[in-house]
Amino acid sequence: MQNIERDILEVRNLVKGFAGPKASVCPEVFETGVTELDAHLGGGLRREAVHEVFAADTGQSQAADGFALGLALRSQPKSLVWVMQAKAFSEAGMPYGPGVEDWGLETSSLVLVTVRDTAHLLSAGEEALASGAADAVLLNGWGDGPAFTLTASRRLAMAAARGRSTGFFVRAAARPTPSAAETRWRVRAAPSTPQEAQAPGLSALAVELLRTRSGAPSGEWTVEWDREARTFAAPSAPRGLVSLSTDRAKGAGQTGRRAA
Amino acid sequence: MDPHALAEGLSPGMTLADARARLPELRAEHYEPDADATLMGRLLDDFGRFTPMAALDAPHGLILDVTGCSHLFGGELALGQAVRARTTRLGLTARLALAGTPQSARALCRFGSGGLFSADSARRAIRALPVAALEIPDRDTQALKRAGLKTIGEVDDRPRASLAARFGAVLPTRLDRLLELEDARITPHRPAAPITSDRVLLEPITEDSHVETVLGDLLVEVCALLERSGLGARMLRLRLFRVDDGVRWLEARSARATRDPVKIARLFKERMAAEGEALDPGFGFDHLRLEVVRSEPLAAEQTAFDQQPSRSKALGDLTDRLAAKLGEGSVLRIEAVDSHLPERATRWRPTSQAINTDKASSTAGPTPVRPLRIFEPPQPIEAIALAPDSPPARFRWRRVDHRVVSSEGPERIEGEWWRRRERVRDYYRVEDAEGRRFWVFRAGRFGEEPPPRWYLHGLFP
Repeated sequence: MQNIERDILEVRNLVKGFAGPKASVCPEVFETGVTELDAHLGGGLRREAVHEVFAADTGQSQAADGFALGLALRSQPKSLVWVMQAKAFSEAGMPYGPGVEDWGLETSSLVLVTVRDTAHLLSAGEEALASGAADAVLLNGWGDGPAFTLTASRRLAMAAARGRSTGFFVRAAARPTPSAAETRWRVRAAPSTPQEAQAPGLSALAVELLRTRSGAPSGEWTVEWDREARTFAAPSAPRGLVSLSTDRAKGAGQTGRRAA
Repeated sequence: MDPHALAEGLSPGMTLADARARLPELRAEHYEPDADATLMGRLLDDFGRFTPMAALDAPHGLILDVTGCSHLFGGELALGQAVRARTTRLGLTARLALAGTPQSARALCRFGSGGLFSADSARRAIRALPVAALEIPDRDTQALKRAGLKTIGEVDDRPRASLAARFGAVLPTRLDRLLELEDARITPHRPAAPITSDRVLLEPITEDSHVETVLGDLLVEVCALLERSGLGARMLRLRLFRVDDGVRWLEARSARATRDPVKIARLFKERMAAEGEALDPGFGFDHLRLEVVRSEPLAAEQTAFDQQPSRSKALGDLTDRLAAKLGEGSVLRIEAVDSHLPERATRWRPTSQAINTDKASSTAGPTPVRPLRIFEPPQPIEAIALAPDSPPARFRWRRVDHRVVSSEGPERIEGEWWRRRERVRDYYRVEDAEGRRFWVFRAGRFGEEPPPRWYLHGLFP
């Protein structure tokens, strides 16, 4: 019986080898969209690894969320599992469907998992990463805790490699501790380029690369999230007549899809 | 039509206006055939208590074959009383007839006054019934009446051959069945047998690992039963009977029908881990029963030889496992709701429930950008605005002052008129000096009582 199973596995691998294009469809890295930043990272961020995003302070958790969700979207996931600690949504609010969609994520591909504490956060995150069911897993932790050990982060990294999915671990109200994460970022909101009539512009974020496993030096950039193109970009020059306040990600031809 | 109405001279088929004219205090209810059918179905299941051979007898009738059952209730009379007591308790009016064949009982019940009949008395009673009891087409009934044949007895006295020549072979057959000369059986309704599997153990078990082993055996049996009936389980329950009469139970739910023992075993394992000490075996369990509580048709599935199981299936399995581990309310999906109030535009629903995937209907073109997270309920803030209808210049939230440097708005959102006490809201997207972006609103208009209040509703990255 065991022999047969092994044979089947071998044949499967063989067939996969023939199918081949997996490697080209799913490259090792994905780009952030900011040329300078991608060059610094040596092409982009690695898939099938875990990236940590720290909020610069307690009040900046939404900036860290936005950056992590943006990165997750850059990896072009077909499905996304968002695991969130109870404390994170009592402090910073519940993810909001239309807002998540505005940010560029199809909400039909989103599963939200709410957990009580850090231990459950880590175990649910590990399960989601290792299952191979979701292309991207977003973890939202709040606060420091004894559970966030080097071992825990290593387990997450191994789970990501096993399940061939990419993890984004947002930590708010927490200080960086040693971990096995591929990259570590610190994010705060940056003043946006104002538009006409002093309206706030595209979401601007000041992101600081603290460390990478590949050894790239740390650095700091200001990036903007372009909802329309679903990409990060270098901050734009002040714009004139175009109002970006409406939901342009939907495209001009598809107006009227949501209730006002 | 209840007995009182009949006593007042109303009859079925009357127009409502006529009935109202006769009886002004008449209360009319809508006719709901579906609800009636559901009720009859439930009655049928319930009346399985009297006999395993029960069938629906349309319209609004039940036929029970009580052959060999009546002694259990202390005779036919007592059985009749038991049935009557049961229907009365359910708030229904019933007419009972007990006779030798289903057809004669039906005729005696529908066209006579019901009662208990022996073979002789039934024959006599049936012969006295009108020809309508034959339940042949109206045209034929009319023909019989015109020929002067008013009762079954009169028809019975004619030679069968001439009746068959005039009305076809149906009439003599009907007649024979009514007069208990021929016995046609009913087709009883059989409720689907519940899918369960049991293990009674010689030695009580206490260890989780032993429970898992027994559960594995039960699962293999149950899944084989499911496969045979082409079903997949949505919900299973494992009952653990303790030696000292206590019963513990565990439930596993699946978002999609399944009969994969390995998957179900994992769900139960998660439940057991979540239950922990609460699953107290005491002196041990000596009897385990696994039952399928809810099932759905599931077609046999064949995985292609070179294919990996699909990611969507894997996602379903993952959400089931997480829901088993963390509780059903913890694994959620977004459902769009048809409401223009921001906090009701979508809601989170457990993945185990079906959700409405249609986008809410739309009226008004693109909406302004919405925040990534919102607070529910909105958080009160102290804000200062330069003019009654201008955006806030600064505000204080969670003991921190924010100076607003740029803002966009207002976007006016009215309360839903069918809910009282909802004030009009003016939403602003504001950015403070540090670059943080907030979604704030003013509830109420200037000059209103109580004065307008400011709230923070959401956060933009």
